[in-house]
Amino acid sequence: MSSQAEYSDSMKQHTGILGGIWEEAGMILVLVGLFTLCSIVVPNFLSFRNMDSLALAVSQTGMVACTMLFCLASGDFDMSVGSIVACSGVVCAVIMEYTGSIFLGISGGLLLGLIVGIANGVIIAILGINALITTLATMQIVRGAGYIFSNGRAVGIYFDDFFVLGNNDFIGIPIPVWICIVCFVVFGTLLAKTTFGRNTLAIGGNEEAAYLAGINVKLTKIIIFSLQGVIAGFAGIVLASRMTSGQPMTSQGFELEVISACVLGGVAMTGGVGRISFVIAGVLIMGIIQNSMNLMNVDSFYQYLARGVILLAAVIFDKIKNKNNAS
Amino acid sequence: MQTSDYLRFEGIGKVFPGVKALDNITFGAREGSVHGLIGENGAGKSTLLKILSGAHQPSSGTIKINGQDVKFSNASAAIAAGVAVIYQELQLVPELTVAENIFLGHLPANKCGWVDKKELIKKAMIELDRIGEKVSPNTRLSKLSIAQRQMVEIAKALSQGAKIIAFDEPTSSLSERETQQLFKIISDLKAQGKIIFYVSHRMEEIFTVCDAVTVFRDGQHVRTEYDMNNVDNDNLVKWMVGRELSDIYNYRSRPTGAELINVQNLTGPGLAEPTSFTVKRGEIVGFFGLVGAGRTELMRLIFGANKLTGGDIILNGKKYETSRPSQAIKNRIAYVPEDRKQDGVLPIATVEENINVTSRPNHSSARFWLNNKWEHKNALEQIKSLRVKTPSAKQLMKNLSGGNQQKAILGRWLSEKVDLLLFDEPTRGIDVGAKSEIYEITYKLAEEGTGIIVVSSDLPEVLGISDRIIVMREGKISGDLSREEASPQAILKLALPVED
Repeated sequence: MSSQAEYSDSMKQHTGILGGIWEEAGMILVLVGLFTLCSIVVPNFLSFRNMDSLALAVSQTGMVACTMLFCLASGDFDMSVGSIVACSGVVCAVIMEYTGSIFLGISGGLLLGLIVGIANGVIIAILGINALITTLATMQIVRGAGYIFSNGRAVGIYFDDFFVLGNNDFIGIPIPVWICIVCFVVFGTLLAKTTFGRNTLAIGGNEEAAYLAGINVKLTKIIIFSLQGVIAGFAGIVLASRMTSGQPMTSQGFELEVISACVLGGVAMTGGVGRISFVIAGVLIMGIIQNSMNLMNVDSFYQYLARGVILLAAVIFDKIKNKNNAS
Repeated sequence: MQTSDYLRFEGIGKVFPGVKALDNITFGAREGSVHGLIGENGAGKSTLLKILSGAHQPSSGTIKINGQDVKFSNASAAIAAGVAVIYQELQLVPELTVAENIFLGHLPANKCGWVDKKELIKKAMIELDRIGEKVSPNTRLSKLSIAQRQMVEIAKALSQGAKIIAFDEPTSSLSERETQQLFKIISDLKAQGKIIFYVSHRMEEIFTVCDAVTVFRDGQHVRTEYDMNNVDNDNLVKWMVGRELSDIYNYRSRPTGAELINVQNLTGPGLAEPTSFTVKRGEIVGFFGLVGAGRTELMRLIFGANKLTGGDIILNGKKYETSRPSQAIKNRIAYVPEDRKQDGVLPIATVEENINVTSRPNHSSARFWLNNKWEHKNALEQIKSLRVKTPSAKQLMKNLSGGNQQKAILGRWLSEKVDLLLFDEPTRGIDVGAKSEIYEITYKLAEEGTGIIVVSSDLPEVLGISDRIIVMREGKISGDLSREEASPQAILKLALPVED
């Protein structure tokens, strides 16, 4: 009935249509537009100094958003990342204080993230408890643990070598930004080029169908949450290095910031849809808006308001776009 | 005669996208009578009930009550007109009390708007007394048996002033004694001049309770008999299945090979007793039964999607351990599920993705790094050989028609060699053209030596394409017939519940 040639023709056609471009790059276009606008309107926005601090500010969100992308794409989410960031910083600082070893400190922080991640994954995948409830619980447990390990105080760090991680530059770009870029590349590749990435999207699209298609759903979910925990732990270590201390009260509400950035970029909360480019765009858009508001001395109370409105606007816009696609 | 019909369906038709569920249904039901509605699964009984209850709107035709046209745009309109449908799955709230359930939606209130508890209990007692049910109105519904809940549902219908009450398979989960109690209530309702519709697969019940019967087949009205003396078991079955098996099946026989799978004394959820059967290479075995007979559960056990509790499966002469789908897939067993939407498709992924999801790891280096060349090539091959109609391999799955989705899912399994295909409801919700294409694919696979199990509730389909037919009833295999032995009558006799 239809020949091979016809099919490959129609494939070419598809990538050529305008809607396809919008689908692929919609938020990137918004990002470019926003960047241009801020460059013109906001004083000092384009300065080298500001670019540096903008990049540094988004690096922490960017790192954790990479793994949050996997959580969201598989149809779950993780509320515990803010607490992991704080607690791993504390654990890292405390271990360094007692052992004097940077290596043990960093390992301890990462291990904490891994343990919490595995716990989240096992409870959600094996016991079948809702991800929101599970991670809300671990979020509080881990926050509490951070306060307990630190006695509620910031734990000072006194190793210059450790500060390299958060405060030095490499070819003029801060190390945390490099780390964030590496995360984008690694997790972008993982999602787009591996069976693990595809399985993640399949689980988010239809979990039962994915299971019946032979995907090991439980193991995949546990790996996703473990990765999320480790990366959040690492983000906490980098933050501790920047702040030269492990602070148990830091990064409250960070999980919402990360999820907002992902959704803003176009990652579906319901799972099954996601790309690293969405996350990069979302994180940068959030960062630019926040940075510009700071430069323009917008009262922080109004900043909350503005961020909420922008997030709502973005998802409503996305909903309308999808409706048009469907009809 | 027709003038005495209190309720009439006149030319009722219902079209769903691609399917004509009801076509020009015309018949009437009389006051003070029990009217049986029978037909195979999918014959149109439930659709008619849904139209009667306002859940669906007819595409054509009208319902007349007492000579006047009525239109139910929603369920509350039907209730207001005195229609109540009591479904198999009861529409009650388990966490509320009996009294609250009866008056749900119009609880008696005092002046402040609080629920008037005393009044509620009093009114509930009256309703329960009317049907002779002795349960206390303060009991929480979840503590009641299924039969008692049904009584509550009947009380609820009566409290809303129902004149027309339809029962959909009411005895499917009742004991013999409870069934008798229900029949007594039904005859009381009849004496009060109500119109009762009674849907059941159990022939004996139709003869016990019904004063009239209407037979449906393929969405058509076959006939309505107002004198049950003119009806016996044989002619009911004949009316139910009486169509000529049309040519869309295009059956062709083929030599079968060695034994492929030997299921021995399998037990697990959904099976009432240890179950055994065999399938040969190149053989197409149809599994027929009513909905809930345990066929899908049996397939899921073999595929490892449900945990089996006992028994052995010998596959290709070797013992086969089944614990999860991925293991079944490694053993070249494929499962096309019954509910495509729920268990089959990845709706927001591309057709290519849907095809490649299962066999991908075998073509990825270290089972991890995708091989893009293979991904495109395989998707295009499957699309071409199965004739999936899609503008491109990158089209989202949800945009395809049911038939093309089914073909894409077949493509998922045919990307690798398959020894045993478990094909559950292969053509449900698929139009006739795509149906015969799917049958053709099935024959081809069998000719290549694949053993195929076709689970279907569509009797003509089972008869049309199977080399052998296994019938299940209430979680047990009740018969195993060769193509020559299999007649609609013989199969239905094995499939319908036995009275004891």
